[in-house]
Order: sequence, then C-alpha cells, then structure tokens
Amino acid sequence: MTVQSVSLVIAGSGGAGVVTAGSLLLEAAAKAGWYALMSRSSGPQIRGGEAAAMLRFATEPVMSHDDSFHLLMAIDWENIGRFSAEIPLVETSLIVGDPAHGDAPAALLGGRPRQAGLAMTAIAEKIENGRPNMVALGAIAAMIGLPAEAMQAVVEQHLKRKGQAAIDASMAAFHAGIAAAADLPAIPKLPAVAAASAPRWSITGNEATGLGVIRGGVRFVAAYPITPATEVLEWLAPSLAKVGGQLVQAEDELASINQIIGASYGGVPAMTATSGPGLSLMIESLGLAVAAEVPLVVVDVMRVGPSTGIATKSEQSDLNIAVYGLHGDAPHVVVAANSVADCLFTTQWAVHLAEAMQTPTLVLTDQAMGQARAIVPRPAELSFIGQRLTATAAVEGERYKRYAVTASGVSPMAIPGTPGLTHTADGLEHNELGTPSSQASDHQAQMDKRSRKLTQFNYGDHWAEIEDAEAGAGDTAIITWGSSTGPAREALRRFSDAGGKARLISVRLIAPVQPEKMAAVLKGITRAVVVEQSHSGQFYRMLRAFYDLPQDTRSLHQAGPLAFGPGRILEQLNAWSS
Amino acid sequence: MESCAQTKKYAAKDYKSDLKPIWCPGCGDYTVLNAITRALAELALPPEEVAVVSGIGCSSRIPAYTSVYGFHGVHGRALPVATGLKLARPDLTVLVTGGDGDGFSIGGNHFLHACRRNVDLTYIVMDNQVYGMTKGQASPTTSPDWEGSKLTPEGTGINPFQPLVVGLASGANFVARVSSSDPVNMAQIIVEAIRHPGFSLVQVLSPCVTFRPEQAEWRDIVRTAVVDVTDDAARAARRLMTDDGFNVGKVLYKGNRPPFRPEFEQTDGSVAELEARFAL
Ligand SMILES: Cc1ncc(C[n+]2csc(CCOP(=O)(O)OP(=O)(O)O)c2C)c(N)n1
Ligand code: SF4
Ligand SMILES: [Mg+2]
Repeated sequence: MTVQSVSLVIAGSGGAGVVTAGSLLLEAAAKAGWYALMSRSSGPQIRGGEAAAMLRFATEPVMSHDDSFHLLMAIDWENIGRFSAEIPLVETSLIVGDPAHGDAPAALLGGRPRQAGLAMTAIAEKIENGRPNMVALGAIAAMIGLPAEAMQAVVEQHLKRKGQAAIDASMAAFHAGIAAAADLPAIPKLPAVAAASAPRWSITGNEATGLGVIRGGVRFVAAYPITPATEVLEWLAPSLAKVGGQLVQAEDELASINQIIGASYGGVPAMTATSGPGLSLMIESLGLAVAAEVPLVVVDVMRVGPSTGIATKSEQSDLNIAVYGLHGDAPHVVVAANSVADCLFTTQWAVHLAEAMQTPTLVLTDQAMGQARAIVPRPAELSFIGQRLTATAAVEGERYKRYAVTASGVSPMAIPGTPGLTHTADGLEHNELGTPSSQASDHQAQMDKRSRKLTQFNYGDHWAEIEDAEAGAGDTAIITWGSSTGPAREALRRFSDAGGKARLISVRLIAPVQPEKMAAVLKGITRAVVVEQSHSGQFYRMLRAFYDLPQDTRSLHQAGPLAFGPGRILEQLNAWSS
Repeated sequence: MESCAQTKKYAAKDYKSDLKPIWCPGCGDYTVLNAITRALAELALPPEEVAVVSGIGCSSRIPAYTSVYGFHGVHGRALPVATGLKLARPDLTVLVTGGDGDGFSIGGNHFLHACRRNVDLTYIVMDNQVYGMTKGQASPTTSPDWEGSKLTPEGTGINPFQPLVVGLASGANFVARVSSSDPVNMAQIIVEAIRHPGFSLVQVLSPCVTFRPEQAEWRDIVRTAVVDVTDDAARAARRLMTDDGFNVGKVLYKGNRPPFRPEFEQTDGSVAELEARFAL
C-alpha cells in the first residue's frame, strides 16, 4: 500500500516564524494521531531571511519527502525563488499566496502548478492581534483535514503564559483561515486516525543523536559550535547536567577532540559533535586516539562541502574523509545513521563499539536528518551500553602491559587512580608496555592488534538494514546509506506495491567493511543501483573497491543539497523490469 | 600540610620510571624531571593519583620517565588533553609538561584559553628558545637576531613571545620563572604551583646544549628575583615587561580566581526523564 500522505511547504521571509508555524502544524498533526516529517531550509542570513518548512503528513511513519509537494503556502514571496529547486511543484500542486504581496515569482511556476490567493494579511488585520501565519495555518488545516481541536490544544500549550487573550487572538485568526479555505481549490486530505494509536515520539535527528550518546553512557562532551551540529550540543548541555555529566565549550575543534581524549583516558566515556570543517581539524588527533587506543565518539553532521561550502544544507560527501582521512594505517570505526530515529540507535551503538574496541568511532549524520523533526513510533530500548575492558588490579610479579597483544586485540585498560598499573599512553608507536619503540616488530604487532580488534568484533545484524519487496528480493538491489535511505525505502515500497521484486540494502557500518555479509545479501542479485548524495559518487567508489558487486551496478549520485525523490530511484527499478 | 616531609612516605625515585631518557647529555630537561619527582615526593602524592600530560618535543618526553599515569599526545595539544582529564577526574593531580614550541607556537591558542579557563592544572614549560626535537629551528621565544637555523639564517626578525606576560594577561592564576640550574628551588616552586588552585604556569629556563650551546652560560647569568609574590596582575606584568628574562627562583604572581568547574545541576535525573520529554 502506498503511503497515504500530504506534502506541503510553508515559506516566507520571516525566518524563524515560518519554522515556528511548521512546528505548530507538526505538533497539531501529532495530536491528531498522524505521523510527520519536517525539514527546514534557510537562506544564508543569520537571523530572519527566507526560510521554508517542508512537511509531510501521513497515517503511518514517513522517512522521506515525496517527489513533489501538494501545497506551497507562501506567507510572502521575498527570495522564495531561491528554494524553487528544493520545492518541486507539478500540475496538481497548488501555490497559495497573499494577493497583498503580488504574484508568485516565475521561478516557482516551471511545473505549471495551480495558483490561488488567500488574503492572509487583510484577514489578520480584522482580528485584534491576529497574525497572517495563523490564518495560513487555519487554511492549511482545513485543506488537509487536520481537526481544529488539535491546533487549539497546541496553541493553548504554547501561549499559556501569554494569557487567554493571546490564545483567543491566535485561534480567531486560525478559524478565519479555516473559513477562507472554503474558497480555495482542493488538495488531498488525510483521514483521521483512531486516537489510541501506538506510542509515538516527536524528535529531531540532532536530539536523537544527543540522547543516543547519553544512553550509551557518554558523560563528557567538549565541542565548538558549528552549523548544523550545534543543536546536538544545545540539547546535550542541559541534559548531561541532569545525569551527572558535563559539556565544555572548547576554544576550537583541536581542543574539543583532545579534551575528550583526556576525559576518556580518565575513564569517562566522551564524545564531540561537529561538521565537515571541524572534522578536518580533528583528524590528526583521531589518529592519536587510534594509536593510544582511547575510546571516543565523534559525530559529523554533514553539510555541503568543500571548505565552508553551504553551511545550512545537506550533503553525503564526508564519507571519504571519515574513512580515509587519517594518516598512516589507522583502523577506526565509521557508522552512519539512516533516518531521524536511527540517529538514536546508531549513536548509542557507536558508544558501545568505541568502548568495547577502545577505538575512535565516527558517526555520520547530516543536516537533512539532523535538523529534521519527525513523529516516529517510540524507539525501542537498546541494550547497548559502553563497556570498557579495564584492568583493575596489579598481578603479582608482572609488569602491567597497557598494549598487551591479545587474541581479540583488545587490551585491558588501566584507568588513572588504579594503584600498581601506572603507565604512559602514547601516540608514538610503542611496545606492549607503552614504551616508545621504532622497531619494525613492535609496529607490526601493534598494527596487527589494532586492526584485529575491529575485524574480529561481532557487529551482528546491525551492519546494514535489509528490506525486501513483498514479492521477494528478485534479482535487483538498491544499495544506499544515510539520508538517501528514506527515499530508497519509499521507492522500494512503491515498486513492491506494483508487484515488483527488489531488495534494499542500507549500510550502517561503513568501516570496517563487511564483504562476507554483503556477499550473503547480494546472493542471487544480478543488478544493483547505488544511491547517494555526493558529486563524485564516493560511496559507489568505496563499494567498488571493497565489495564484489553485481555485473550491472549503476551509480545514482548527485551533489547536495538536493535530495533524491523516491521517483528517481523508482525510475531505475522500472526501467530494469520493463 | 606544610610539613609533609615529616611522613617521608615517598622518595623522588619512587616517581621515576626505569626508562633511560633519550636526552642529550647536559640537557636542562634532566633537572626538570628531577625537580618534578622531588616535588611529588614532597607532596607525598600516591603515584596513581597523579597524571602527567604532554605533547611532542624533547621536553614532552617527560611522562614516560615518571612512574605516575602519563599521556603523551600530539604536538601542541597537551593542554586540552589535560583539561579534559582534570574536568572528568577532579580527584587527580594533573601536570602538563612541554616545550616553548609545543606550548606557544602550535599550541598557542590552547595556552591562551587554558590561562583564561583556569582549570586546576600545573603547566611546566621547558623554554630553550628553540625547537630541539626537530634539530634547532627558531621558536616563538627565540630572540630575533639568532642566526643558528638554516630556516632563518638572518634571524627571525620577529619579537619574541613573552609567555609569562601573556599568561598573566590571559588569566593564569599562578606565575613563576625558574632555572633548570637550581633543581631544589625548582622543586619548591613546583610544589607551590601544584598546591595553588587554578592554572599555574611555571617557565623553566632549560638550556638546549646541542642546538643552543651558548645557553650553557645561563647558569651564570640567572639571578634570584628580588621581588615578593603579588596578587596584583598588573604589577606582576609590569615587572616582567621590564626585566631581562633572567630573574628566576620566585613566585611572581598568585591570583585568587576560583578554578573552572562546569555547572552541575544537582538532580538525580535519569535517562528516562530525558526520554519522557519526547513522548507524545
Ligand atoms: C603537527 C606536527 N608538526 C610538526 C611536528 C614536528 N615537531 C616535533 S617537536 C617540534 C618542536 C618542538 O619544540 P619544543 O616544543 O620547543 O620542544 P623541545 O624539543 O625544544 O623541547 C616539532 C616542530 C610534529 N610532531 N607534529
Ligand atoms: S636537542 Fe636540546 S632539548 Fe633536545 S635533548 Fe638535546 S639538548 Fe635537550
Ligand atoms: Mg624548545
């Protein structure tokens, strides 16, 4: 069954106002029992400026936007043309604008959408303290079938402190919008949902990332602000304090990474969050954590690169630096979240991996999922917690070997404070004791053990998410990762609904690579399409290097910030099956 | 506390590892290692409750030569490692050791912010006005007319960095200059530095006999500073800006700023409470 959903955009030059309007709508949709996904896009201005809230509502969980939007509600037209590529509109789409602001810019009209007017400003002016945004929300609610009571409850919550008059003014504007919607052309309505649905959460990817590391056991965070990772830190600072942890704002990313190395060496699980430019600065010290075997988690909320790039928009292009950026042979772990909710799973798992293997673990998320808010089924409880193999007591007559060569490659770590086990952890190559050594045999033995830790670890089923069409996998696969998973999942669903057979493979464990597991899920697959958001096809190249892929494997890649709609992926599947 | 010596629980050698330093014979850093171990013995700190953190350089080799917990990181990043360690483990006594290049060039930004932040650390900088480990290039503290490096054969022509003045201006809570030629005095100053809360900065004039052989004369040039400790940073800074860099052996400044600790909300909050905020 195809997702029953409505997609709409609220856009305007009001900056935060547009996003606030979108959030109110999302909260009301939650009260109505729907699921939702809201992404945001904004111009380069620090405050104000053009912004767009892209929303999709459905009666079941949604992980991706649709190929086009049913409705664009424009509060005004200023600079809105800059979003035209991100807001695909087709002939059945509807643009609603305020006649007071003139006509829609031509950039939005390429797909020949329908157009209608809603006199938001004029209607709002007739209501004491009425605001055009609330008129717009009323009209949207009427058009998509969102009950007014749901919005009433949300507005009451938000404006409680401002008093009844403020609530009444907002709701009067909202109801005026509902009334005015009677004159607007129709767009699809969502059916109401029975009130007692399964437990749901409303969460952003960046919040889920913060919660995941706390669940995993992280209690020390040092970081330097950067878009679009800052919200991870803003959520973590007060939350860590509540569970006995701390967040330190460092002077730069060189300091962040080294502070968390210090904290983790001290026995406290630690992480930092950043974006591409910050990750670039951290690279040398990530190698230190590899060599000195210090567990830690670094989250990279990817944005468009290179350099400062497009700070506010998404791209999956830090894969190469995450996997290959460190100098020397530096085995480390790279994992990637595949949805807003999966940020929670993946970061919690990352803490577990880092602690268990005493190695730095990089987590790749991106602006699209980090700053998106979703209404999702309540995430499952996970059993992963960071657990480090520690040495707790000296063995009579034996010198403690911090870097003892063991079968698993993991050596028991003595935490400062433990009597009899003092040692120096070192980024210089060393022998088992930690004493610096330039001997080939020590380098070989330590390299072997550092690499063995990762190759022998049991990653279970979590290395990838596999999903088959209802009729089975057939001979076709979509291979993808990260944010591209949402649209790929929906493409598979549509293909499946039409009777097609295919398998989705979304790789969560980027490094170390898992060729045997991949071979098992590619059994019987003769063609595959690799989907990613990068100009050079970084993921495709990586797969080519490390995996046996089907003869007919195609790369579907494009630079950010545009995301793949499910339709583009479906086209490839359909082309094969016809 | 003053007479820890009475217990004599530890001797300086208890804080030394059995590793033989790789330093050149006559290097000033040997006595710094001695002074640090003496100071730890004087304070009678159990070795497992002390950590020495360093970056890269000849002077940054110290951790492995001690028997306490050590961390030998990358060039220039010792201060942030120590900051994270001390904040995560306030129960430990954390020392940072390193050189003038490590601390004031590649790690210069961390130096400023470590002084500002005032975490309870003791930072011992072995200043030899040269990059010893990379075989003799000019450092931030090298005088502008030193022509001994192939990289700057005409001298750097740049004014030297003033670590103690910059440290004071940035908020260091304890400032002293000592000479490696007087390890007994140095040990005493390190004891005071460790005892003083907040960020303590100790500049050690520690000759590089190999790449700056003329520094062998330092032992004759240095003189005991004729000043008493002050809590007035401006006064201390004025003295430092007018001296020739060879007044040693005294604590110049002791401030009263409380050390940095992030705010803890003293609640018994649980992860479940954090999760509840997302539930609809
Ligand atoms: C990122 C990086 N750049 C350069 C080096 C090379 N390097 C090692 S030690 C050093 C200078 C050390 O000078 P200083 O800190 O004064 O220590 P000293 O050897 O004089 O005690 C340099 C440039 C390095 N290890 N890492
Ligand atoms: S090169 Fe200079 S600083 Fe390094 S060990 Fe030799 S004398 Fe000491
Ligand atoms: Mg030096």
